[in-house]
Amino acid sequence: MSVFMSSSAARGPIIDFAASESCLEINGLSLAYGDKPALRDLTLRVPRQRVTAFIGPSGCGKSTLLRAFNRLHDLNEEVVRCGEIRLEGQDIHAPEVEVAELRRRVGMVFQAPNPFPMSIYDNVAFGLRLQGELRRRQMDDSVEWALRSAALWEEVKDRLRTSAWALSGGQQQRLVIARTLAVQPEVLLLDEPASALDPISTLKIEELIGNLKSRLSLVLVTHNMQQAARVSDFTAFLEQGELVEYGPTQTLFTHPRLARTENYITGRMT
Amino acid sequence: MRRTWRRHGEGPWPWLAAGSVALSLLMLLALLLLLATRGLGHFWPAEVAVVTPHAGSPFAGIAVREEAIPGDTRRERLYFTANRDLEGGRWRWVELGEIARIDYPAELVMMERSRWGDLVGRLVALEGEGESHVGEAAWPALQARLRALERLRDERDRLRDEVVMPLVRRLETVDSDEVRAALAAANGRIRELQATMGGATLIVESADGRRVEQPLEKVLRAWRPNAMTLLDRVVAWGEGVWRFLSEGPRAANSAGGVWPAIFGTMLMVLLMSLVVTPFGVLAAIYLNEVAHQGALTRIVRIGVRNLAGVPSIVFGVFGLGLFVHGIGGSLDEWFFSERLPSPTFGTGGLLWASLTLALLTLPVVIVATEEGLARVPDHQREGALALGATRMEMLTRVVLPMTLPAMLTGMILAVARAAGEVAPLMLVGVAKLASRVPVDGDFPFLHLERKFMHLGYHIYDTALHGDDVQAAMPLAFATALLLVLVILLLNLTAIFLRHHLRLRHEVPSRV
Repeated sequence: MSVFMSSSAARGPIIDFAASESCLEINGLSLAYGDKPALRDLTLRVPRQRVTAFIGPSGCGKSTLLRAFNRLHDLNEEVVRCGEIRLEGQDIHAPEVEVAELRRRVGMVFQAPNPFPMSIYDNVAFGLRLQGELRRRQMDDSVEWALRSAALWEEVKDRLRTSAWALSGGQQQRLVIARTLAVQPEVLLLDEPASALDPISTLKIEELIGNLKSRLSLVLVTHNMQQAARVSDFTAFLEQGELVEYGPTQTLFTHPRLARTENYITGRMT
Repeated sequence: MRRTWRRHGEGPWPWLAAGSVALSLLMLLALLLLLATRGLGHFWPAEVAVVTPHAGSPFAGIAVREEAIPGDTRRERLYFTANRDLEGGRWRWVELGEIARIDYPAELVMMERSRWGDLVGRLVALEGEGESHVGEAAWPALQARLRALERLRDERDRLRDEVVMPLVRRLETVDSDEVRAALAAANGRIRELQATMGGATLIVESADGRRVEQPLEKVLRAWRPNAMTLLDRVVAWGEGVWRFLSEGPRAANSAGGVWPAIFGTMLMVLLMSLVVTPFGVLAAIYLNEVAHQGALTRIVRIGVRNLAGVPSIVFGVFGLGLFVHGIGGSLDEWFFSERLPSPTFGTGGLLWASLTLALLTLPVVIVATEEGLARVPDHQREGALALGATRMEMLTRVVLPMTLPAMLTGMILAVARAAGEVAPLMLVGVAKLASRVPVDGDFPFLHLERKFMHLGYHIYDTALHGDDVQAAMPLAFATALLLVLVILLLNLTAIFLRHHLRLRHEVPSRV
């Protein structure tokens, strides 16, 4: 892996990956809600088949950045954006890109578990049906595969037709992950996926994240330093919409270059 | 258990709050009780008394109520005496001290007639077609003849509705000898039936000894109220209620049933729901999901909410101007010009009434649906979008199923409002007496241009516009009770549907 560090006066070291190793490439991305800037001139690359964590204080723009990756901001008319995001080399804002297809390739799991008010089976099949998959056998196989991938199959295989809302919070979140995996995304965005869960469910989700990186690239936003340290390979620290420091998780947590970073991860700054 | 009523320092507030709930419930109960007793009591075959005053001749009648004479200690009692053709009136007040004796003779017969209302008296004889039944033998003979008459009447009505009327309508368009011949044959058959029905005469003696000759064909039913057992009375009451529900009105709405009004009300509400629900839901979706949430949308939203408060008669005038005169008039000019100047759609009718009420209830549906849409959490929408759903797919597969209960709530509110409206209907299509219901066997089966009867308007008409309001009041009460029941039925259907859907879509009950 070719790694080269760049650093500026205001910023700490930013790790860079070769284009061939990165799935997402962000070039000079700035974003504002109306006249309130949220992201300022971000440039970074997200490596393929790794877990990348975004950390930073509340309101630093990490969730905003995550939502930029699958163009969820399109719904908000106030959002102003400049700069580009490339998925596997292709600009995701190019006119020929279909938003629905982009969002299939870049799956997302939200903070609060949000299964639809349908059966467990229908939840997992939802994305597949949108793709036009209607064959019964194919569907059954895909649903089972997705639920196994999300380590949920054993717990729900006997009640696939019951409501998804009857599951526990941790199971619901894994169901949402299964639902996302079912459509075979290349990138999985996780927006504080365990913040609403109990410690044991959190542990299961973290385990799952570790298992999934052999298949796809994961981007994790979290408030939990320990979680970022436990599961991620690379960590980016954002503050006030700026990328402050980005490097291998080990390095960033043990030897942060900037005092800003160190203050945040040691909890000396709120 | 929370024992809020014993908490100290709360003052009278819990009592006031509980008191107002109790008062509301009591008023509601009183309303239902009044409607039920005054309305349903009308069908009970009450005993007929023969009252002999100290001075003057005896008379037969049903005691209705007693009242104190104003400025006097004496009381007087109101009797329903029937026999309008003999007495000139059907009601009689008697001071209680005037009454010498009261008898309940078992042989007294009461009859419902198609003209002059009820007749009460002793049966003397049944004569006609060479036969003569006198005294006690006349009663079973009368019952047999009435049953035969009933069959003949049904046959005549069937001929008139299913053979003659379609032929007459065909004559309006095609004037052929064939149709004329068929019509003449049918009319001849009806005249034959009429002739069979006539001929017999009843001789009835009233309580004061006067004899009346009553043509039998005008008698609809006869019963001996004082000879009936409790079971007989219950059965007769049941039949009375059934006739009220299943027959059409007679004698300028002062007697007979209300079936056409029930049918008209239900059909109109149904048509209105069919129109208002899709429009309201689409409008709510636009306002909540599609439109830019700016000042204009806010103004539109405020406008919609305020539209719900516009008096219904205003909608009636609007419907008259736009639908009846505007659209209806143009339709007549373009498609039905051969019938002008008699209007087809250019006059009030079922369609225009339904559309007017749909307009009236549109805000209710929009507001309820919008609230349902607003209650769908954003993370559900984002979840669908993040899986690659288009906005349309997100709406139809996730958001709308979750909003279904709210839509049905809107529909329930709309139905409850529409079924009770009378004022706008008077302008756009309700009729005091519609000879034909809007659904029949003639193509196109559903006749949207016809006028229709409505329970609400029927109440207004019976209660105020009859020549004997005293006699029609029980019918008005019964119709009012029926209107409440019809609305209850429509609402229960929708609530049941909503409950069912809620179970299916597992939306937590927050509505």
